Amino acid sequence: MQLAKVIGDIVVTRKDEQLTGITLLVVQPLTPEREPAGRPLVAVDAVGAGVGEEVFFVRGKEASFPFYPAEPPVDAGIVGIVDHWDLEQS
Amino acid sequence: MVGTVVATRKDPRLVSSKLLVVRPIDPRGKAEGNYLVAVDTVQAGVGETVLIVSGSSARMAAGLKDCPVDAAIVGVIDSIEMNE
Amino acid sequence: MQIARVIGTVVATQKHRKFEGAKLLLVQPLNLDDTPRGVALLAVDGVGAGVKEKVLIVLEGRAAGEALGKKAAPVDAAVVGIVDRVDVVMA
Repeated sequence: MQLAKVIGDIVVTRKDEQLTGITLLVVQPLTPEREPAGRPLVAVDAVGAGVGEEVFFVRGKEASFPFYPAEPPVDAGIVGIVDHWDLEQS
Repeated sequence: MVGTVVATRKDPRLVSSKLLVVRPIDPRGKAEGNYLVAVDTVQAGVGETVLIVSGSSARMAAGLKDCPVDAAIVGVIDSIEMNE
Repeated sequence: MQIARVIGTVVATQKHRKFEGAKLLLVQPLNLDDTPRGVALLAVDGVGAGVKEKVLIVLEGRAAGEALGKKAAPVDAAVVGIVDRVDVVMA
């Protein structure tokens, strides 16, 4: 999983049937120092996240598991909203 | 195959597994990509050229069903012949 | 599997139910010379690892789910071992 910040909503009307009713959000992956890590991507939301929140997301087929028995064709999904993280002092 | 990993505290399903450090190579033997740690299922040794399987298929190797493993050594390569 | 160092812990109250009771660790994947490799990621802890420990991580969904002890969990990374020693001959 990776840390990310939700940076946008995305509205998609014409889409795979199995995506109906599923919220899609734009997330920017983050390093633990809150720097952007790579490019933003679209992720499905399984936990009710909103724009501006820090979250963690899972990649791959596993992103579809929260929607079981539906199997939406997704490759990234938000599975937790982060309260905070602590880094070792180096 | 470039090394070994010793891990005493690990998932119980890995207790009897030998963990080896492997570096993928291209067919000519040039190192390609980064290393990974794989479970040895064929008694490979350091320095040998081996066949690895990674991802969910790794658990199809002998004895690894339902183990938390994503890479396995499934063969020791005798020779590679390229025709080009 | 890859070698990584545990660099932190993550607290998340609101998360998918399959994460209940799971410890979330921030891990930094390492090269064989212990330099960082890529971006730090989140892994569920399957072995009781602590911050600063060198660990073995799996980066694949089913394997991580097995480490967590839950089927069909939306996870893609887990700590499955604590590394005592790595011996490398020609890194």
